[in-house]
Amino acid sequence: MTVRIARQNVPALATLAVLVVLYVAAGLTFDGFFSLRVLVNFFGDNAFLGIVAVGVTFVILTGGIDLSVGAVVGCTTICSAVLIERQGFHPLAAFGAMLLAGTLLGTAHGVLIHRFNLQPFLVTLAGLFLARGVGLWVSTESVQADHPFFKTLSASKLPLGDGVFLPFGALMFLVVFAVGVYIASSTRFGRTVYAIGGSEQSAHLMGLDVARTKVAVYALSGFCSALGGVALVVYTSAGNAINGTGLELDAIAAVVIGGTLLTGGYGSVVGTLFGLLILSVIQTAIIFEGSLSSWWAKIVTGVLLLAFILLQRALQPRQ
Amino acid sequence: MKVHPIAYSVAALALLLLFNAFFTDGFFAIELRDGRFYGSLVDVLNRAAPVMLLSLGMTLVIATRGVDLSVGAVMAIAGAVAAVLANGDPGKALGWLQVSHSVPLVVLCALGVATLAGVFNGVLVGRFGVQPIVATLILMVAGRGVAQLVTEGQIVLFENPSLELLANGSVAAVPTPVVIVALAFVTVAVLVRKTALGLFIEAVGSNAKAARLAGVASAGVVIAVYAVSGLMAGVAGVIACANISAADSGTTGLYLELDAILAVAVGGTSLAGGRFSLAGSLVGAVLMQALTTTILTRGVSPHATLVAKALIIVAVILLQSPALRASLRAPKEQAA
Amino acid sequence: MPLLQMSGVRKAFPGVLALDNVSLSVERGEVRALMGENGAGKSTLIKVLTGVHQPDSGSIALDGAVIRPRSPIHAQELGVSTVYQEVNLLPNLSVAENVCLGAEPRRFGRIQRREMNEHARAAMRRLDLDLNVTLPLSEYSTAVQQLVAIARAVDRECRVLVLDEPTSSLDKNEVEQLFSLLRHLRDQGVAVVFVTHFLDQAYSIADSVTVLRNGRKIGDWKTTELSKQELVAHMLGRSLEEMPQVEHEDYVECEPMFHVVGLGRRNVLDPASFTIYRGETLGLAGLLGSGRTETMKLIFGAIAGDCGSMTVLATGTRDIRPRSPRDAMRLGIGFCPEDRKEEAVFPGMSIAENMLVVIQAKRGWLRPLPKRKAAAIVEEQVAKLQIRTPDSHRPIENLSGGNQQKVVLSRWLAAQPSLLLLDEPTRGIDIGSKFEIRRLITDLAKGGVSFLFSSSELEEVVHTCDRVVVLRDRKMVGELHGADVNEKRVMEQIAKGEA
Repeated sequence: MTVRIARQNVPALATLAVLVVLYVAAGLTFDGFFSLRVLVNFFGDNAFLGIVAVGVTFVILTGGIDLSVGAVVGCTTICSAVLIERQGFHPLAAFGAMLLAGTLLGTAHGVLIHRFNLQPFLVTLAGLFLARGVGLWVSTESVQADHPFFKTLSASKLPLGDGVFLPFGALMFLVVFAVGVYIASSTRFGRTVYAIGGSEQSAHLMGLDVARTKVAVYALSGFCSALGGVALVVYTSAGNAINGTGLELDAIAAVVIGGTLLTGGYGSVVGTLFGLLILSVIQTAIIFEGSLSSWWAKIVTGVLLLAFILLQRALQPRQ
Repeated sequence: MKVHPIAYSVAALALLLLFNAFFTDGFFAIELRDGRFYGSLVDVLNRAAPVMLLSLGMTLVIATRGVDLSVGAVMAIAGAVAAVLANGDPGKALGWLQVSHSVPLVVLCALGVATLAGVFNGVLVGRFGVQPIVATLILMVAGRGVAQLVTEGQIVLFENPSLELLANGSVAAVPTPVVIVALAFVTVAVLVRKTALGLFIEAVGSNAKAARLAGVASAGVVIAVYAVSGLMAGVAGVIACANISAADSGTTGLYLELDAILAVAVGGTSLAGGRFSLAGSLVGAVLMQALTTTILTRGVSPHATLVAKALIIVAVILLQSPALRASLRAPKEQAA
Repeated sequence: MPLLQMSGVRKAFPGVLALDNVSLSVERGEVRALMGENGAGKSTLIKVLTGVHQPDSGSIALDGAVIRPRSPIHAQELGVSTVYQEVNLLPNLSVAENVCLGAEPRRFGRIQRREMNEHARAAMRRLDLDLNVTLPLSEYSTAVQQLVAIARAVDRECRVLVLDEPTSSLDKNEVEQLFSLLRHLRDQGVAVVFVTHFLDQAYSIADSVTVLRNGRKIGDWKTTELSKQELVAHMLGRSLEEMPQVEHEDYVECEPMFHVVGLGRRNVLDPASFTIYRGETLGLAGLLGSGRTETMKLIFGAIAGDCGSMTVLATGTRDIRPRSPRDAMRLGIGFCPEDRKEEAVFPGMSIAENMLVVIQAKRGWLRPLPKRKAAAIVEEQVAKLQIRTPDSHRPIENLSGGNQQKVVLSRWLAAQPSLLLLDEPTRGIDIGSKFEIRRLITDLAKGGVSFLFSSSELEEVVHTCDRVVVLRDRKMVGELHGADVNEKRVMEQIAKGEA
């Protein structure tokens, strides 16, 4: 029996293959790499990145891009820290306000992009400046946020045995991830996202609500970025306006390495998880190696990005 | 009568200067000290130099309907190469390349690497047909890693007075960076206007299909403009590292790609490609710096400039948007 | 009472009356072909029917009730569905999703995938289609995608099905598959409007035909009562009796310049062979979509051929198949494309720049034309082609269509090609410019330049050309010369179409 592989599944399978090869190779090279604790850290350390990447996946599936996510993360951390520490807000109220602000910024992106047919990278670039500017305006210093509520949150972690716990941030990421998978695959909104990525004009002619969906993906991405910022505040108990510098690139890299086409229409939230795990394996392996330095992660990420982009290009039907 | 696109940015700059003439004491004061001009205006030009350089290359790229997001990272690479070579420690990366005795060779190597980075972008876009944003994103991600690889993650210091002169010296009392910008402007202008390259760039950006059918070697043109963009980023990177006598791969050129795109858009070159104005982009870059300086001298938080830039980007692209223009006009049905 | 009745439809655009008092009626279970050449008004009529355009006057009635479709979606809800030439579905989603999206079965907001697939399977069964509905649409050929598009239309209460040139990129078997589906629908009482430019297809599927020309309706006929010759005559607007005989000088074979030998590409053009002589104007005649543009683009390397070759005797180049326009230009070939706006004009650039781009492309970027020489060329071309502009540094958009076309022509003349391919050079321009361009061609041909000339106006082809190659359904079907170059003979060839 021959197994036929549909063309659009190739990137996803390539992602899985890369992940397995990297993980096994790292595991065979470094003692203790296969441990549960390392695996849990993949999720815990990059929880905020993962939450952001889920939102970015939806944007890229429509064929758009969101460069503002890192800045929104930074802005969220500093603003909520200041609200909690200096304005006496309850963390939940501060987080609620920031989630609302992130969603509104995303909605503004979406409206500008859809209504006026502006280039997404430029609009969200403006959003990046805006969020960074506001964040730095609020405070250029790192602000500690000690609130008893954080202790409660940090205490809510899932025991996995062997004294290993799944931290709160990781739980948050897994919930966002599960919701993201559900929305993408099983709701009309999710399928419309794919439809727009396949062909915006066709989606419109098929009577799908292109306008609302396009605005909604940017709003969702804004929400996820703010939520990523919240996860980071809980993780570090502090806020800093320069948090998340360059995060947009990591998020996009995770999405693309996860097999989602930058031109939209093909890919999945599950793939983004794999992409994220690949980045985590690379980072962790470099730490285990000890002599290699952190910038190798960027270079390897860039090489993987290049490989996946060329692979996608080769799979696209030529004109 | 159609207004020349550069007119808007010149007018905005004039207004801003006028504002400062009234409200900022000594804005126009220029004094000659130690054979070099000093003053707010000189400062504006000097600080705008890196973005002006980037905007020259970015103008050509945008004229072909592309964009180069990697220029900030390429600046970091060029700065790193220049610093490491000037440092000349044989035990470090590139230690086999002993050229620290010769500033021209150091600069040449840095610019060569930057141009190669540009060619890499150009080949992806021109040969493989990858979307410009996507293609240049790769170096935007990996470029800083490469720069850190060169510097081995450290801030590489060097002592080389003649290299430092590139940033802090002066030629005929004019700061060297400003002179370099002028030279770069003349070089690029001659390159595109005294050869047929400018015509081909506009043709590719104006109508890529027609350009192919008219026999224009589009791939070559595209590779050339990204190469120029890389080269300009290299020059800006060398100046940036000469300025602080060190290479800081993490922050050199960070977000400057955005400033360069903004300068080009403000300078009147359409982001949809075609006609371009190099002088307009320079005015755009100066305008943005003048605005930043004005905000700073007003005593407003420096971070307000980021917010101001964000609003200006949105305003400029909205003004260029055909969709907005169409909706402002009386809704008329288009002929099929 | 007919199921669909459009009556007295008028639609004007600035400067053009696209539809003038046009009516169209289709019965239940009838397939009506809508035919006409470029600018006939077919696509405007379809756009009015599907709600893309609102008519200036006139009405549309469906089953006796007046409808006013506001958009394609609205038209769909009213029961009028359209399947376009370019499949307007989503290649990245499954066949089932393409059929059901927008009306997919849901429970508490969750799409019921199994139910959806079952529904799609049932829809396919009703149309006798055997597809795996869970595979992505892109796994299937364009033809099958068309069928899925029809299945989607039929799945949502479609009473009138409009097919807008659906067969342009299909091969014979695929067309047959499409037709059997259409017969199936017809038997179920659906009214079908079939826009096509393929004569044979119109005759094999349509019960009746409506011909439009220049925004007017020429007439309705039963296909059984109308000969192909008459149909072609109606479409081209020439009645068979009153066609003037054109005087052609006695045809003398002169020096051959280009041999085209079996040049073609699968699904684009069947291999075609002909010779072009020095100083002759060879016509390409055929209906819209017969392969005129494709022939020229294959010769020019704009479409890469997959078989055959060319021999250029002047340069001594044998058996070459140009792979890019630059290849063809090296052989002394030039090409004025049919679609001026999309493929020829550089908007925002000056008249002079538009004129000099080809000659400059040939020189390369390092050898810019000296200013004085460039000015001389522009001045010469403006005078020679009588381009009416006060200043050649103005943007080209300021010119009228006719003058823009002259600029495009001049960009090639300045480069002095030995063979110039002119694809509908007179389309959409004023009468004055038309005659000027034709006269220019005649003059230049006397000077030794060869032309390959196409036009949808047959009269123009026979008046301008010494010989004519006739194309039909993407295939060369004949070659006429001497006294045979007249509209009657060309139309016979187009209608009969035996190679």
